[in-house]
Amino acid sequence: MTEFISANLPYLLAGISVGGQYALIAIGYTMVYGILRLINFAHGDIFTVAAYCMVYMNATMPLYISLPLTIVFTVALGLAVERVAYKPLRDAPRMSIMISAIGVSYLLQNLMWYVTGGLAQQYPTIPWISSTISIYTATTKMVTLVTPVLTLVLVVLLVQLIKHTKIGMAMRAVSRDFETSRLMGIKINGVISVTFAIGSFLAAVGSMLYFSNYTAVTPTAGAMPGLKAFVAAVFGGIGSIPGAVIGAFIIGIAENIIKALGWTAFSDAFTFALLIVILIFKPTGLFGEAVHEKV
Amino acid sequence: MSLLNVRDLQVSYGGIEALKGITFKVDRGQIVTLIGANGAGKSTTLRAISGLVPVRTGSINFDGREITSLDTSSIVKEGIVMVPEGRRVFPNLSVLENLKIGAYLRRDQAEITAATEYVYERFPILRERHWQLAGTLSGGEQQMLAVGRALMARPRLIMMDEPSLGLAPLVVREIFSIIHRLRDEGITILLIEQNANAALRAADYGYVLESGSITIEGAGQDLLNNQKVRDAYLGQARKRKVPAGAMPLPKES
Repeated sequence: MTEFISANLPYLLAGISVGGQYALIAIGYTMVYGILRLINFAHGDIFTVAAYCMVYMNATMPLYISLPLTIVFTVALGLAVERVAYKPLRDAPRMSIMISAIGVSYLLQNLMWYVTGGLAQQYPTIPWISSTISIYTATTKMVTLVTPVLTLVLVVLLVQLIKHTKIGMAMRAVSRDFETSRLMGIKINGVISVTFAIGSFLAAVGSMLYFSNYTAVTPTAGAMPGLKAFVAAVFGGIGSIPGAVIGAFIIGIAENIIKALGWTAFSDAFTFALLIVILIFKPTGLFGEAVHEKV
Repeated sequence: MSLLNVRDLQVSYGGIEALKGITFKVDRGQIVTLIGANGAGKSTTLRAISGLVPVRTGSINFDGREITSLDTSSIVKEGIVMVPEGRRVFPNLSVLENLKIGAYLRRDQAEITAATEYVYERFPILRERHWQLAGTLSGGEQQMLAVGRALMARPRLIMMDEPSLGLAPLVVREIFSIIHRLRDEGITILLIEQNANAALRAADYGYVLESGSITIEGAGQDLLNNQKVRDAYLGQARKRKVPAGAMPLPKES
Protein backbone atom coordinates (compact mmCIF):
# COMPACT_ATOMS: atom_id res chain seq x y z
CA MET A 1 0.00 0.00 0.00
CA THR A 2 2.66 2.48 1.02
CA GLU A 3 4.54 1.48 -2.06
CA PHE A 4 1.49 2.24 -4.17
CA ILE A 5 1.10 5.63 -2.59
CA SER A 6 4.77 6.48 -2.86
CA ALA A 7 4.76 5.50 -6.51
CA ASN A 8 1.66 7.47 -7.42
CA LEU A 9 1.71 10.49 -5.14
CA PRO A 10 3.84 12.59 -7.51
CA TYR A 11 1.35 12.01 -10.32
CA LEU A 12 -1.62 12.87 -8.15
CA LEU A 13 0.05 16.07 -6.97
CA ALA A 14 0.95 17.01 -10.53
CA GLY A 15 -2.64 16.31 -11.58
CA ILE A 16 -4.14 18.50 -8.90
CA SER A 17 -1.70 21.25 -9.72
CA VAL A 18 -2.19 21.27 -13.46
CA GLY A 19 -5.93 20.89 -12.86
CA GLY A 20 -5.89 24.16 -10.92
CA GLN A 21 -4.01 25.84 -13.75
CA TYR A 22 -6.53 24.59 -16.29
CA ALA A 23 -9.30 25.79 -14.00
CA LEU A 24 -7.98 29.35 -13.97
CA ILE A 25 -8.01 29.39 -17.77
CA ALA A 26 -11.31 27.55 -18.06
CA ILE A 27 -13.14 30.18 -16.00
CA GLY A 28 -12.29 32.77 -18.66
CA TYR A 29 -13.81 30.58 -21.37
CA THR A 30 -16.91 29.76 -19.41
CA MET A 31 -17.64 33.31 -18.20
CA VAL A 32 -17.31 34.83 -21.65
CA TYR A 33 -19.49 32.07 -23.07
CA GLY A 34 -22.05 32.66 -20.33
CA ILE A 35 -22.43 36.31 -21.21
CA LEU A 36 -21.79 36.49 -24.96
CA ARG A 37 -22.43 32.88 -26.07
CA LEU A 38 -18.96 33.13 -27.63
CA ILE A 39 -16.08 30.68 -27.44
CA ASN A 40 -13.23 33.12 -27.03
CA PHE A 41 -10.60 31.25 -29.03
CA ALA A 42 -8.08 33.98 -28.30
CA HIS A 43 -8.13 33.16 -24.59
CA GLY A 44 -5.36 30.54 -24.78
CA ASP A 45 -3.17 32.99 -26.66
CA ILE A 46 -3.77 35.72 -24.11
CA PHE A 47 -2.51 33.17 -21.59
CA THR A 48 0.67 32.77 -23.67
CA VAL A 49 1.14 36.51 -24.14
CA ALA A 50 1.01 36.82 -20.35
CA ALA A 51 3.93 34.39 -20.15
CA TYR A 52 6.02 36.35 -22.70
CA CYS A 53 5.14 39.54 -20.93
CA MET A 54 6.60 38.11 -17.75
CA VAL A 55 9.71 36.86 -19.55
CA TYR A 56 10.52 40.21 -21.12
CA MET A 57 9.56 42.42 -18.23
CA ASN A 58 11.43 40.32 -15.74
CA ALA A 59 14.58 40.79 -17.81
CA THR A 60 14.63 44.47 -17.02
CA MET A 61 12.55 44.90 -13.90
CA PRO A 62 12.43 43.46 -10.43
CA LEU A 63 9.76 40.87 -9.80
CA TYR A 64 7.58 43.06 -7.60
CA ILE A 65 7.09 45.36 -10.58
CA SER A 66 7.05 42.87 -13.45
CA LEU A 67 4.51 40.58 -11.81
CA PRO A 68 1.74 43.14 -11.22
CA LEU A 69 2.59 44.80 -14.52
CA THR A 70 2.10 41.48 -16.32
CA ILE A 71 -1.33 41.15 -14.77
CA VAL A 72 -2.26 44.70 -15.73
CA PHE A 73 -1.02 44.21 -19.28
CA THR A 74 -2.88 40.91 -19.69
CA VAL A 75 -6.13 42.44 -18.46
CA ALA A 76 -5.63 45.38 -20.81
CA LEU A 77 -5.05 42.97 -23.70
CA GLY A 78 -8.22 41.05 -22.89
CA LEU A 79 -10.20 44.29 -22.79
CA ALA A 80 -8.63 45.49 -26.04
CA VAL A 81 -9.47 42.25 -27.84
CA GLU A 82 -13.08 42.56 -26.70
CA ARG A 83 -13.30 46.19 -27.74
CA VAL A 84 -11.68 45.78 -31.15
CA ALA A 85 -12.76 42.33 -32.29
CA TYR A 86 -16.03 41.49 -30.51
CA LYS A 87 -17.84 44.69 -29.58
CA PRO A 88 -18.36 45.89 -33.17
CA LEU A 89 -20.01 42.52 -33.87
CA ARG A 90 -22.44 42.68 -30.98
CA ASP A 91 -25.49 42.41 -33.22
CA ALA A 92 -23.87 40.23 -35.88
CA PRO A 93 -24.64 36.52 -36.24
CA ARG A 94 -22.80 34.37 -33.75
CA MET A 95 -20.71 32.75 -36.46
CA SER A 96 -19.13 36.10 -37.39
CA ILE A 97 -17.92 36.81 -33.88
CA MET A 98 -16.62 33.24 -33.58
CA ILE A 99 -14.57 33.69 -36.75
CA SER A 100 -13.34 36.99 -35.41
CA ALA A 101 -12.17 35.15 -32.28
CA ILE A 102 -10.25 32.61 -34.39
CA GLY A 103 -8.70 35.51 -36.28
CA VAL A 104 -7.56 37.17 -33.06
CA SER A 105 -6.09 33.88 -31.91
CA TYR A 106 -3.93 33.57 -35.04
CA LEU A 107 -3.07 37.23 -34.93
CA LEU A 108 -1.71 36.95 -31.39
CA GLN A 109 0.18 33.74 -32.17
CA ASN A 110 1.83 35.24 -35.22
CA LEU A 111 2.62 38.46 -33.42
CA MET A 112 4.42 36.38 -30.83
CA TRP A 113 6.40 34.55 -33.53
CA TYR A 114 7.26 37.89 -35.07
CA VAL A 115 8.31 39.59 -31.87
CA THR A 116 10.14 36.72 -30.21
CA GLY A 117 11.57 34.92 -33.21
CA GLY A 118 9.92 31.75 -32.00
CA LEU A 119 12.77 30.48 -29.90
CA ALA A 120 11.84 28.96 -26.58
CA GLN A 121 12.40 31.37 -23.73
CA GLN A 122 13.12 30.43 -20.16
CA TYR A 123 10.33 31.52 -17.81
CA PRO A 124 11.74 33.50 -14.89
CA THR A 125 12.04 31.86 -11.51
CA ILE A 126 9.56 33.27 -9.07
CA PRO A 127 11.04 32.94 -5.59
CA TRP A 128 9.27 30.75 -3.08
CA ILE A 129 6.76 29.17 -5.49
CA SER A 130 9.61 27.82 -7.62
CA SER A 131 11.46 26.38 -4.65
CA THR A 132 11.67 22.63 -4.29
CA ILE A 133 9.93 20.79 -1.50
CA SER A 134 9.42 17.16 -0.62
CA ILE A 135 6.12 15.77 0.51
CA TYR A 136 6.39 12.23 1.74
CA THR A 137 7.96 10.47 -1.26
CA ALA A 138 7.37 13.16 -3.81
CA THR A 139 9.81 15.92 -4.62
CA THR A 140 8.10 18.80 -6.31
CA LYS A 141 7.96 22.54 -6.60
CA MET A 142 6.07 24.74 -4.19
CA VAL A 143 3.83 25.80 -7.07
CA THR A 144 2.28 22.34 -7.04
CA LEU A 145 0.85 23.04 -3.62
CA VAL A 146 0.18 26.71 -4.15
CA THR A 147 -1.87 26.23 -7.30
CA PRO A 148 -4.87 24.30 -5.94
CA VAL A 149 -5.06 26.50 -2.86
CA LEU A 150 -4.82 29.75 -4.79
CA THR A 151 -7.26 28.45 -7.40
CA LEU A 152 -9.85 27.59 -4.79
CA VAL A 153 -9.43 30.93 -3.03
CA LEU A 154 -9.88 32.83 -6.30
CA VAL A 155 -12.88 30.72 -7.29
CA VAL A 156 -14.57 31.27 -3.95
CA LEU A 157 -13.95 35.02 -4.23
CA LEU A 158 -15.30 35.03 -7.77
CA VAL A 159 -18.43 33.11 -6.83
CA GLN A 160 -19.04 35.53 -3.97
CA LEU A 161 -18.59 38.42 -6.35
CA ILE A 162 -21.12 36.98 -8.76
CA LYS A 163 -23.63 36.00 -6.11
CA HIS A 164 -23.50 38.91 -3.72
CA THR A 165 -22.36 42.09 -5.43
CA LYS A 166 -24.17 44.51 -7.65
CA ILE A 167 -21.86 43.93 -10.60
CA GLY A 168 -22.26 40.18 -10.12
CA MET A 169 -26.04 40.54 -10.22
CA ALA A 170 -25.70 42.63 -13.36
CA MET A 171 -23.52 39.93 -14.92
CA ARG A 172 -26.14 37.29 -14.22
CA ALA A 173 -28.85 39.54 -15.63
CA VAL A 174 -26.90 40.41 -18.78
CA SER A 175 -26.04 36.75 -19.35
CA ARG A 176 -29.76 36.05 -19.56
CA ASP A 177 -31.23 39.03 -21.37
CA PHE A 178 -29.31 41.93 -22.95
CA GLU A 179 -32.26 44.11 -23.76
CA THR A 180 -34.09 43.92 -20.44
CA SER A 181 -30.77 44.54 -18.69
CA ARG A 182 -30.45 47.72 -20.72
CA LEU A 183 -33.94 48.71 -19.65
CA MET A 184 -32.82 48.44 -16.02
CA GLY A 185 -30.18 51.06 -16.77
CA ILE A 186 -27.31 48.55 -16.93
CA LYS A 187 -24.58 49.47 -19.39
CA ILE A 188 -24.02 46.05 -20.86
CA ASN A 189 -20.73 46.93 -22.53
CA GLY A 190 -19.33 47.78 -19.13
CA VAL A 191 -20.51 44.47 -17.71
CA ILE A 192 -19.01 42.57 -20.66
CA SER A 193 -15.72 44.40 -20.15
CA VAL A 194 -15.67 43.38 -16.50
CA THR A 195 -16.19 39.77 -17.58
CA PHE A 196 -13.22 39.91 -19.95
CA ALA A 197 -11.11 41.64 -17.30
CA ILE A 198 -11.81 38.89 -14.77
CA GLY A 199 -11.12 36.16 -17.32
CA SER A 200 -7.84 37.74 -18.39
CA PHE A 201 -6.78 38.34 -14.80
CA LEU A 202 -7.27 34.66 -13.98
CA ALA A 203 -5.47 33.65 -17.19
CA ALA A 204 -2.51 35.81 -16.13
CA VAL A 205 -2.40 34.17 -12.70
CA GLY A 206 -2.79 30.75 -14.30
CA SER A 207 0.03 31.54 -16.71
CA MET A 208 2.38 32.40 -13.84
CA LEU A 209 1.62 29.13 -12.09
CA TYR A 210 1.71 27.01 -15.25
CA PHE A 211 5.00 28.34 -16.59
CA SER A 212 6.65 28.17 -13.19
CA ASN A 213 6.21 24.43 -13.70
CA TYR A 214 6.72 24.06 -17.46
CA THR A 215 9.33 26.71 -17.99
CA ALA A 216 9.78 26.80 -21.77
CA VAL A 217 7.71 29.59 -23.34
CA THR A 218 7.04 29.36 -27.08
CA PRO A 219 4.35 31.14 -29.11
CA THR A 220 2.22 27.99 -29.09
CA ALA A 221 3.01 26.91 -25.53
CA GLY A 222 -0.40 28.10 -24.39
CA ALA A 223 -2.36 26.39 -27.14
CA MET A 224 -2.49 22.98 -25.47
CA PRO A 225 -3.39 24.11 -21.95
CA GLY A 226 -5.83 26.54 -23.55
CA LEU A 227 -7.54 23.76 -25.47
CA LYS A 228 -7.63 21.50 -22.43
CA ALA A 229 -9.14 24.27 -20.36
CA PHE A 230 -11.73 24.68 -23.07
CA VAL A 231 -12.50 20.96 -22.89
CA ALA A 232 -12.75 21.32 -19.11
CA ALA A 233 -15.26 24.15 -19.52
CA VAL A 234 -17.36 22.06 -21.91
CA PHE A 235 -17.03 18.99 -19.69
CA GLY A 236 -18.21 20.93 -16.64
CA GLY A 237 -21.03 22.55 -18.59
CA ILE A 238 -20.03 25.70 -20.39
CA GLY A 239 -21.36 28.80 -18.67
CA SER A 240 -21.00 27.23 -15.23
CA ILE A 241 -18.04 28.35 -13.10
CA PRO A 242 -18.10 25.46 -10.60
CA GLY A 243 -18.48 23.13 -13.59
CA ALA A 244 -15.37 24.54 -15.26
CA VAL A 245 -13.34 24.21 -12.06
CA ILE A 246 -14.43 20.64 -11.36
CA GLY A 247 -13.98 19.69 -15.01
CA ALA A 248 -10.46 21.14 -14.98
CA PHE A 249 -9.43 19.24 -11.88
CA ILE A 250 -10.87 15.99 -13.25
CA ILE A 251 -9.01 16.42 -16.54
CA GLY A 252 -5.76 17.40 -14.83
CA ILE A 253 -5.87 14.42 -12.48
CA ALA A 254 -7.04 11.94 -15.12
CA GLU A 255 -4.22 12.98 -17.45
CA ASN A 256 -1.66 12.30 -14.80
CA ILE A 257 -3.21 9.00 -13.79
CA ILE A 258 -2.80 7.97 -17.42
CA LYS A 259 0.82 9.06 -17.27
CA ALA A 260 1.26 7.04 -14.08
CA LEU A 261 -0.07 4.00 -15.89
CA GLY A 262 2.71 4.41 -18.41
CA TRP A 263 0.56 5.66 -21.28
CA THR A 264 2.03 9.13 -21.36
CA ALA A 265 1.67 9.34 -25.12
CA PHE A 266 -2.09 9.03 -24.79
CA SER A 267 -2.67 11.57 -22.04
CA ASP A 268 -3.58 14.38 -24.45
CA ALA A 269 -5.63 12.04 -26.58
CA PHE A 270 -7.64 11.13 -23.51
CA THR A 271 -8.71 14.73 -22.97
CA PHE A 272 -10.00 15.13 -26.48
CA ALA A 273 -11.64 11.72 -26.49
CA LEU A 274 -13.43 12.91 -23.39
CA LEU A 275 -14.64 15.97 -25.30
CA ILE A 276 -16.12 13.77 -28.01
CA VAL A 277 -17.79 11.46 -25.51
CA ILE A 278 -19.26 14.43 -23.62
CA LEU A 279 -20.56 16.06 -26.77
CA ILE A 280 -22.24 12.81 -27.80
CA PHE A 281 -23.77 11.74 -24.51
CA LYS A 282 -24.22 14.90 -22.45
CA PRO A 283 -23.65 18.00 -24.56
CA THR A 284 -24.64 20.28 -21.69
CA GLY A 285 -21.80 18.92 -19.54
CA LEU A 286 -21.87 18.10 -15.85
CA PHE A 287 -23.52 21.28 -14.61
CA GLY A 288 -24.67 22.93 -17.80
CA GLU A 289 -28.15 24.31 -18.02
CA ALA A 290 -30.41 23.13 -20.79
CA VAL A 291 -29.83 25.19 -23.89
CA HIS A 292 -32.07 28.21 -23.97
CA GLU A 293 -31.80 30.60 -26.85
CA LYS A 294 -31.92 34.24 -25.97
CA VAL A 295 -35.15 35.80 -27.04
CA MET B 1 -46.59 71.33 -20.64
CA SER B 2 -47.00 67.59 -20.98
CA LEU B 3 -44.62 65.18 -19.33
CA LEU B 4 -43.78 63.44 -22.59
CA ASN B 5 -43.92 65.11 -25.97
CA VAL B 6 -43.22 63.07 -29.07
CA ARG B 7 -43.03 65.01 -32.30
CA ASP B 8 -42.84 63.62 -35.82
CA LEU B 9 -41.10 60.45 -34.69
CA GLN B 10 -39.75 58.34 -37.51
CA VAL B 11 -38.11 54.96 -37.06
CA SER B 12 -37.05 52.48 -39.71
CA TYR B 13 -35.71 48.97 -39.48
CA GLY B 14 -33.60 47.85 -42.40
CA GLY B 15 -35.34 50.00 -44.97
CA ILE B 16 -38.86 49.44 -43.63
CA GLU B 17 -40.53 52.46 -42.12
CA ALA B 18 -41.94 51.24 -38.81
CA LEU B 19 -43.05 54.68 -37.67
CA LYS B 20 -43.90 57.30 -40.26
CA GLY B 21 -43.74 60.42 -38.17
CA ILE B 22 -46.06 60.17 -35.21
CA THR B 23 -46.85 62.97 -32.82
CA PHE B 24 -48.43 62.45 -29.43
CA LYS B 25 -48.16 63.55 -25.85
CA VAL B 26 -48.62 62.12 -22.40
CA ASP B 27 -49.88 64.47 -19.73
CA ARG B 28 -48.68 64.29 -16.15
CA GLY B 29 -50.67 61.94 -13.95
CA GLN B 30 -52.61 60.40 -16.81
CA ILE B 31 -52.95 56.98 -18.33
CA VAL B 32 -52.43 57.29 -22.05
CA THR B 33 -52.81 54.33 -24.32
CA LEU B 34 -51.65 53.44 -27.80
CA ILE B 35 -53.83 50.83 -29.40
CA GLY B 36 -53.50 49.16 -32.75
CA ALA B 37 -53.06 45.89 -34.55
CA ASN B 38 -49.97 43.71 -34.47
CA GLY B 39 -47.14 45.39 -36.34
CA ALA B 40 -48.74 48.82 -36.24
CA GLY B 41 -45.64 50.20 -34.50
CA LYS B 42 -46.75 50.27 -30.88
CA SER B 43 -43.77 48.43 -29.46
CA THR B 44 -41.43 50.30 -31.77
CA THR B 45 -42.71 53.55 -30.30
CA LEU B 46 -41.85 52.45 -26.77
CA ARG B 47 -38.49 51.07 -27.86
CA ALA B 48 -37.64 54.34 -29.56
CA ILE B 49 -38.53 56.32 -26.44
CA SER B 50 -36.35 53.97 -24.36
CA GLY B 51 -33.45 54.38 -26.73
CA LEU B 52 -33.40 50.72 -27.74
CA VAL B 53 -33.86 51.53 -31.42
CA PRO B 54 -32.34 54.50 -33.20
CA VAL B 55 -34.64 57.38 -34.12
CA ARG B 56 -34.37 58.59 -37.69
CA THR B 57 -35.99 61.96 -37.31
CA GLY B 58 -38.26 63.68 -34.88
CA SER B 59 -37.94 64.58 -31.26
CA ILE B 60 -38.78 63.04 -27.92
CA ASN B 61 -39.04 65.51 -25.12
CA PHE B 62 -39.40 64.46 -21.50
CA ASP B 63 -40.31 67.04 -18.90
CA GLY B 64 -38.81 69.81 -20.99
CA ARG B 65 -35.64 67.88 -21.80
CA GLU B 66 -34.64 66.54 -25.16
CA ILE B 67 -33.96 62.80 -24.74
CA THR B 68 -33.98 61.71 -28.38
CA SER B 69 -30.31 60.82 -28.62
CA LEU B 70 -29.66 59.65 -25.06
CA ASP B 71 -28.69 56.06 -24.34
CA THR B 72 -31.06 53.75 -22.50
CA SER B 73 -29.23 54.05 -19.21
CA SER B 74 -29.56 57.87 -19.21
CA ILE B 75 -33.21 57.64 -20.19
CA VAL B 76 -33.88 55.36 -17.22
CA LYS B 77 -32.05 57.87 -15.06
CA GLU B 78 -34.39 60.59 -16.35
CA GLY B 79 -37.28 58.59 -14.94
CA ILE B 80 -38.69 56.64 -17.89
CA VAL B 81 -39.00 52.95 -17.18
CA MET B 82 -40.42 50.23 -19.38
CA VAL B 83 -42.24 47.08 -18.40
CA PRO B 84 -41.38 45.01 -21.45
CA GLU B 85 -43.69 42.76 -23.37
CA GLY B 86 -43.78 39.24 -22.05
CA ARG B 87 -42.69 40.50 -18.60
CA ARG B 88 -39.04 39.52 -19.12
CA VAL B 89 -38.24 39.04 -15.46
CA PHE B 90 -34.78 37.54 -14.95
CA PRO B 91 -35.66 33.90 -14.33
CA ASN B 92 -32.22 33.08 -12.92
CA LEU B 93 -32.42 35.81 -10.29
CA SER B 94 -34.48 35.69 -7.13
CA VAL B 95 -37.57 37.86 -6.78
CA LEU B 96 -35.72 40.20 -4.44
CA GLU B 97 -32.77 40.42 -6.83
CA ASN B 98 -35.13 41.25 -9.66
CA LEU B 99 -36.42 44.14 -7.58
CA LYS B 100 -32.92 45.25 -6.65
CA ILE B 101 -31.85 45.25 -10.26
CA GLY B 102 -34.77 47.55 -10.99
CA ALA B 103 -33.01 50.04 -8.71
CA TYR B 104 -29.69 49.48 -10.45
CA LEU B 105 -28.99 53.17 -11.00
CA ARG B 106 -29.92 54.21 -7.49
CA ARG B 107 -27.12 54.49 -4.96
CA ASP B 108 -28.76 55.14 -1.60
CA GLN B 109 -29.21 51.80 0.19
CA ALA B 110 -31.80 53.19 2.59
CA GLU B 111 -33.89 54.44 -0.31
CA ILE B 112 -33.65 51.11 -2.06
CA THR B 113 -34.83 49.32 1.07
CA ALA B 114 -37.72 51.78 1.34
CA ALA B 115 -38.59 51.20 -2.31
CA THR B 116 -38.56 47.43 -1.78
CA GLU B 117 -40.93 47.90 1.15
CA TYR B 118 -43.15 50.09 -1.02
CA VAL B 119 -43.34 47.37 -3.68
CA TYR B 120 -43.94 44.63 -1.09
CA GLU B 121 -46.87 46.61 0.33
CA ARG B 122 -48.46 46.80 -3.08
CA PHE B 123 -47.68 43.21 -4.02
CA PRO B 124 -47.61 41.13 -0.82
CA ILE B 125 -47.10 37.96 -2.86
CA LEU B 126 -43.65 39.23 -3.83
CA ARG B 127 -42.65 39.55 -0.18
CA GLU B 128 -43.82 36.00 0.42
CA ARG B 129 -41.76 34.72 -2.48
CA HIS B 130 -38.79 37.06 -2.28
CA TRP B 131 -36.27 34.21 -2.09
CA GLN B 132 -37.70 32.23 -4.99
CA LEU B 133 -36.20 32.29 -8.46
CA ALA B 134 -38.37 34.55 -10.59
CA GLY B 135 -38.61 31.83 -13.23
CA THR B 136 -40.72 29.77 -10.84
CA LEU B 137 -43.47 32.39 -10.49
CA SER B 138 -46.79 32.16 -12.32
CA GLY B 139 -47.44 34.49 -15.24
CA GLY B 140 -49.51 36.91 -13.16
CA GLU B 141 -46.92 36.98 -10.40
CA GLN B 142 -44.20 37.61 -12.95
CA GLN B 143 -46.19 40.54 -14.30
CA MET B 144 -46.49 41.96 -10.79
CA LEU B 145 -42.75 41.47 -10.38
CA ALA B 146 -42.11 43.23 -13.68
CA VAL B 147 -44.23 46.18 -12.52
CA GLY B 148 -42.62 46.12 -9.07
CA ARG B 149 -39.19 46.06 -10.67
CA ALA B 150 -40.09 49.11 -12.73
CA LEU B 151 -41.32 50.94 -9.61
CA MET B 152 -37.95 50.35 -7.94
CA ALA B 153 -36.38 52.93 -10.26
CA ARG B 154 -38.77 55.57 -8.87
CA PRO B 155 -40.08 56.35 -12.36
CA ARG B 156 -41.99 59.41 -13.40
CA LEU B 157 -43.28 57.62 -16.47
CA ILE B 158 -43.94 53.90 -16.73
CA MET B 159 -44.36 52.46 -20.19
CA MET B 160 -46.13 49.13 -20.28
CA ASP B 161 -45.98 46.90 -23.31
CA GLU B 162 -48.94 44.51 -23.44
CA PRO B 163 -49.17 43.88 -19.69
CA SER B 164 -52.23 41.66 -20.11
CA LEU B 165 -50.77 39.44 -22.82
CA GLY B 166 -51.14 35.75 -22.06
CA LEU B 167 -52.73 36.22 -18.66
CA ALA B 168 -55.99 34.75 -17.38
CA PRO B 169 -58.96 37.18 -17.44
CA LEU B 170 -59.04 37.42 -13.66
CA VAL B 171 -55.35 38.30 -13.56
CA VAL B 172 -55.84 40.82 -16.36
CA ARG B 173 -58.44 42.57 -14.23
CA GLU B 174 -55.98 42.67 -11.35
CA ILE B 175 -53.24 44.11 -13.54
CA PHE B 176 -55.58 46.89 -14.68
CA SER B 177 -56.57 47.67 -11.12
CA ILE B 178 -52.87 47.98 -10.34
CA ILE B 179 -52.45 50.36 -13.27
CA HIS B 180 -55.27 52.50 -11.87
CA ARG B 181 -53.73 52.49 -8.44
CA LEU B 182 -50.37 53.62 -9.81
CA ARG B 183 -52.05 56.48 -11.63
CA ASP B 184 -53.83 57.50 -8.43
CA GLU B 185 -50.44 57.63 -6.74
CA GLY B 186 -49.29 60.15 -9.31
CA ILE B 187 -47.35 57.95 -11.70
CA THR B 188 -47.87 58.70 -15.36
CA ILE B 189 -48.48 55.68 -17.54
CA LEU B 190 -48.09 55.05 -21.24
CA LEU B 191 -49.90 51.82 -21.99
CA ILE B 192 -49.78 49.65 -25.06
CA GLU B 193 -52.46 47.05 -25.47
CA GLN B 194 -54.03 44.74 -27.98
CA ASN B 195 -56.86 44.41 -25.54
CA ALA B 196 -58.16 47.77 -26.76
CA ASN B 197 -61.37 47.56 -24.81
CA ALA B 198 -59.70 47.24 -21.42
CA ALA B 199 -57.03 49.77 -22.34
CA LEU B 200 -59.49 52.45 -23.44
CA ARG B 201 -61.63 51.94 -20.36
CA ALA B 202 -58.57 52.53 -18.20
CA ALA B 203 -57.10 55.38 -20.20
CA ASP B 204 -57.61 59.11 -19.91
CA TYR B 205 -56.50 59.57 -23.47
CA GLY B 206 -55.83 57.24 -26.37
CA TYR B 207 -54.22 57.10 -29.76
CA VAL B 208 -54.90 54.60 -32.52
CA LEU B 209 -51.82 53.53 -34.41
CA GLU B 210 -52.22 52.08 -37.90
CA SER B 211 -49.20 50.89 -39.87
CA GLY B 212 -46.88 53.49 -38.46
CA SER B 213 -49.21 56.48 -38.29
CA ILE B 214 -51.63 57.83 -35.72
CA THR B 215 -55.07 57.87 -37.32
CA ILE B 216 -57.47 58.63 -34.49
CA GLU B 217 -57.02 60.17 -31.08
CA GLY B 218 -59.28 61.23 -28.28
CA ALA B 219 -60.30 60.74 -24.68
CA GLY B 220 -60.55 57.07 -23.72
CA GLN B 221 -64.30 57.18 -23.43
CA ASP B 222 -64.71 58.94 -26.77
CA LEU B 223 -62.63 56.34 -28.53
CA LEU B 224 -64.72 53.61 -26.94
CA ASN B 225 -67.74 55.18 -28.59
CA ASN B 226 -66.03 55.92 -31.88
CA GLN B 227 -67.56 53.81 -34.60
CA LYS B 228 -64.32 53.31 -36.52
CA VAL B 229 -62.51 52.22 -33.39
CA ARG B 230 -65.35 49.92 -32.48
CA ASP B 231 -65.34 48.32 -35.91
CA ALA B 232 -61.63 47.85 -36.09
CA TYR B 233 -60.57 47.10 -32.53
CA LEU B 234 -63.57 46.43 -30.33
CA GLY B 235 -65.34 43.89 -32.52
CA GLN B 236 -65.95 41.42 -29.74
CA ALA B 237 -67.02 44.01 -27.26
CA ARG B 238 -69.77 45.12 -29.59
CA LYS B 239 -71.01 41.62 -30.21
CA ARG B 240 -71.24 41.03 -26.52
CA LYS B 241 -73.08 44.25 -25.82
CA VAL B 242 -75.70 44.05 -28.52
CA PRO B 243 -78.12 41.18 -28.08
CA ALA B 244 -79.66 39.69 -31.18
CA GLY B 245 -82.53 41.76 -32.51
CA ALA B 246 -81.66 44.83 -30.52
CA MET B 247 -81.67 48.32 -31.97
CA PRO B 248 -78.50 49.25 -33.85
CA LEU B 249 -76.03 51.22 -31.79
CA PRO B 250 -76.26 54.99 -32.04
CA LYS B 251 -73.73 56.56 -34.38
CA GLU B 252 -70.78 58.27 -32.79
CA SER B 253 -71.57 61.69 -31.44
